Amino acid sequence: MDRRVDRHPPLTASRLGGFAVMAVPLLFLGYFFVYPLLTVLATGFTTDGALDFGPLQTIFKRSALVNVAWFTLWQAVASTVLTLLIALPAANVMARYDFPGKRFVRAAIVVPFVLPTVVVGSAFLAVLGPTGPLRVDLRQTVWAILIAHVFFNYAIVVRTVGTYWERIDPQLLEAAQMLGGNRLAVFRKVTYPLLRPAIASAASLVFLFTFTSFGIILILGGLRHATIEVEIWRQATGLVNFEVAAALAFLQIVGISTILVLYSRYQERRAVQFTPRPAADAIRPATPLQRWHVISNLTVMAILLGGPLLILVERSFRSESGYSLAAYSSLGEPIGGLAVAPTAAMLNSVRFAVAATVLAVGIGLAAATVIAYRRGWIGRGFDALLMLPLGTSAVTLGFGFLLALDQPIDLRTSIWLIPVAHALVAMPFVVRTSVPVLRSVKHHLREAAATLGATPQQVWREVDLPMVTRAALIGAGFAFAVSLGEFGATSFLALPTNPTLPTAIFRLLGRPGTSSFTYAMALSTILMIGTAAAVIAIERLRTDTVGDF
Amino acid sequence: MLQCVQISVSFGGTPALDAVDLTVHDGEIVAVMGPSGCGKTTLLRVVAGLQGPDAGTIAWDGKALGDTPPHARGFGLMFQDYALFPHLDVKGNVEFGLRMRGMSAEDRIDRVDDMLQTVGLDGYAERKINELSGGEQQRVALARTLAPSPRLVLLDEPIGALDRTLREHLIAEMRDVFARLGVTALYVTHDRDEAFAIADTVAVMNHGLVVRKGTPEEIWRDPENEYVASLLGFDTIVAVEARAGWLDLGWARMAGDLPAGISRVAVPPHAVLVGDEGPIEGKVLSVTYHAGRYDIAISVGSLVIEAVSSHRHTVGDTVRFEIDGTQLLPIEDAHG
Repeated sequence: MDRRVDRHPPLTASRLGGFAVMAVPLLFLGYFFVYPLLTVLATGFTTDGALDFGPLQTIFKRSALVNVAWFTLWQAVASTVLTLLIALPAANVMARYDFPGKRFVRAAIVVPFVLPTVVVGSAFLAVLGPTGPLRVDLRQTVWAILIAHVFFNYAIVVRTVGTYWERIDPQLLEAAQMLGGNRLAVFRKVTYPLLRPAIASAASLVFLFTFTSFGIILILGGLRHATIEVEIWRQATGLVNFEVAAALAFLQIVGISTILVLYSRYQERRAVQFTPRPAADAIRPATPLQRWHVISNLTVMAILLGGPLLILVERSFRSESGYSLAAYSSLGEPIGGLAVAPTAAMLNSVRFAVAATVLAVGIGLAAATVIAYRRGWIGRGFDALLMLPLGTSAVTLGFGFLLALDQPIDLRTSIWLIPVAHALVAMPFVVRTSVPVLRSVKHHLREAAATLGATPQQVWREVDLPMVTRAALIGAGFAFAVSLGEFGATSFLALPTNPTLPTAIFRLLGRPGTSSFTYAMALSTILMIGTAAAVIAIERLRTDTVGDF
Repeated sequence: MLQCVQISVSFGGTPALDAVDLTVHDGEIVAVMGPSGCGKTTLLRVVAGLQGPDAGTIAWDGKALGDTPPHARGFGLMFQDYALFPHLDVKGNVEFGLRMRGMSAEDRIDRVDDMLQTVGLDGYAERKINELSGGEQQRVALARTLAPSPRLVLLDEPIGALDRTLREHLIAEMRDVFARLGVTALYVTHDRDEAFAIADTVAVMNHGLVVRKGTPEEIWRDPENEYVASLLGFDTIVAVEARAGWLDLGWARMAGDLPAGISRVAVPPHAVLVGDEGPIEGKVLSVTYHAGRYDIAISVGSLVIEAVSSHRHTVGDTVRFEIDGTQLLPIEDAHG
C-alpha cells in the first residue's frame, strides 16, 4: 500500500503536501529550534572552532556542579517514590469505589497538573512559610520541593494507574482469594504484576517532570538547592558562564532522552499487555475498613490538592490590616520591584498567549497536514521532528535563543521571541490532537471535492479544515494555557520592562515585605483562574459530541 | 468524446492496466465490467486524474489532458461509498461543485432544487447526511455529481453498496436520469445485470486487459471467449465438430451452424430444452428454485449441463432433454 502511494501520489495530496506547506514548519523549527540547540552544543563542546571537552570536564571537577547533578537525581527519585506512595492508594479508590461527587473529584484532581509552576510555587510559599497554617518555615528545604512535586504529579499516577486498575477483572482477585491468598499475597502476586506497566509508565513521567523541575526549585529551594535546569539558568544569566551552562544543557538532554527511551519502552510493553476490557463496576464502600480507606484518601486529596490553592487565594486578600481587596484594586499602579504595573504584565501575557496560540495552531496545522497526507519517510520524519521540542527542556530552549538568535538580525531583545518559544513548547500538543483527525478523514472525500472542481487549497479549506476545527481548538486551548504559565524559557527572554505574569510573580516573590507577597498571591490567583478557564474550555470541547466524524 | 489510448499502470511491478484502449462518445454510456482487481477502478481514477498513468494518453475531443489536475478536467466522479461530506447537509453537498465554479447563491438554490427533484429528493435540502438511508445517500451523491453538468460522469460501483431490490430500482432511475440529461458516462461495475441494464456499450476487463467490447446484445449473443461466457453465467463449455448443417458434440447431435475454425461452444441454460421427450438422457444433480423456475444441473457422462425447467425435479431423477443448436455460443480458441 505504501508503495502504491509513493509511486502514484494522488494529485491532490502531492500538491497540497507540497513545498510551501512543508517549508513553513521546517523553516520555523529549523531556525527557532534546531539552530539554537546546535548552538548550545557548539558552545559546550568547541573553543574557537576546535573540539573541546573542557566545559564538560569542569562539571565533573567542580564539586558544586557534581552536587547539582546528584541533587537533581535524588530529589527526582524521592519525589517519584513519594508521589507513588501517596497517590497509589488514591488510584485504588478512584478505580474500585463509587462515592458521591466522584465525577467532580476525577476532574478536579487534574487541575494542579495543569497549573503554572509559579502558581504552585506561590501557593506552597504561602502554606509552608512562617505565616502559613502549619506555623513552620519549610521554605528553602527539600521538604517544600518534595511536597510541591507530589502536589503537581499526583494526578498523573491516579489517572494512569487508576484507569488501568479499573480494567483488572475483580473476579481475578476473588479467584486468587478463593485459592487461599490473603489480601497482601493477592496484591503482591496478582494485582501488582498486572499494574506494574502502568506504574512504571506513570513513574517515568513523574521522574521526567521532577528531573527537569525549574520554577518549583527556584521559588521553594532558594539558593541552596539547584537542579541541572536551575543551574543552567544561573550559569547563563547570573554568572554569564555560557560554556558551563551549555555543557549542563547537554547533560540535561542526555538525561531527558534516557528517560524518554525508557518511557516509550514501557509504553510498548503496556500496549502488548493491555487487553481492553470495560471498566469493572465501582462499588460503594461497605465495610468500615473500606469506608476508612475511601474517606482517608479523599481527605488527603482535599488537604494536599485543595488546601494550598485555597490558602493562595486567602493570602491574596490578606493585608497588614486584615482582609482587603487592596492587591486587586491597585493592579493598575506601578509597584515596588516591578518596572511596570501588574496590569501591563497581564496584558503582555495575554498578548503573548494569543500570538503563541496563533503560531502554534497555524504552523502545527501545516505540519499535521504534512504528517497526515504523507505516509512515507517525509511524514514520519516530520512527526519525529515536531515531537522533539517535547524532549527538550524549556530552559535549554530559552538559553539557545539567547546564544543563537543574534544573527542575521539580533532578535534577542525582541519581545516576539517569547511567543515563538511558547509556540515551540505548545506545537506538539496541536500536532498530536490534529494528526489523528486529519488521518481519519477518508481520502475519498478529498478526491470527491477535487473532482467537483476544488483546487488543492480549496480541498483543504472545505474538507480538512471543517473536520479538524474542533481538534485544533483543543490544541489552541492547550497552547494558550501553556503560554500563560510558561516560565522556563520566558525567564531568559522577558526583560524587566516587559514581564509576563509568571516572571512578574517571580520577581515579586523575591522581594521582602508583605505587600509584594500579597501582590504575588493576587497575580498567582489571577493566573490560576486564567489557566483553569482555558483548561475547562478544552474539557468542554472534548466532551461535547456534536456530529460524529 | 473521451479517448483512452494505450493506458498502462502497474503497482509494484504488477500491471493493473495493460495498454487499454477505450472510447466514450458524446451521450454514450459505457460500462466497464469485470471482477474486483481487474483494473476497472484504476482506469476510472486515471481518467479522473486522481492517478497518473505510467504510459498512454487520456484525451477529450482530441486534446490530451496530460497533467491536468482533477479539479480542472470538468469530469464528475461518483464513489461506491458516495464520499458525501459529513459536515455539510444535503444542500451543501449538492451545491459544492457549483460553489467551486463560482456560481451565485441564488442560482445555486435553483440548481440544487432542480437536481433534488431530478433524483426524487424534493424537500431534502436541509437534511443531515447521517440521517439519510443508503438509497437516499446514493441519490444525493448522484445529484452532487450531476449538478455542475460535468462533460463526463465517472461512476465507481455507484449502487454496489445497496441491497438487490433497491439496486434494480435505482438502476432504472439512473438510466432514466442519464437519458433525460443526455449524460456521457463511464460506469464501472462487477455486476453483469447492472452493466447490461445501464450501458450502450460494455467493455469486459480481465487482468488489466479489455477482453470484449460491444453492445449488451452483441456480448450476450456472442461472448467470444470462455472468460466472458463464464461472466455471463455460461459455465458449460464443450468440444464441437461442425458438419454441413449439423453439430456433433460427441454425445449428442443437433441441427446448427458455426463460423469456421470454432471447435468449442458454450451451452447456455436457455439452449437446453428439458421435456418428457428428447434425444439426450441425464441425471439431475441439483435443483434450485429460483423465482418461478427451477435451475437444475444435469450430469451427462462426465459433463455437467445447466438448464432451466418449469417442472419440479428430484435429485437423482433421470431427465430427457434436447439442445437447440442455434443457441450455442461459439468460443474462440485464442487467449481466454
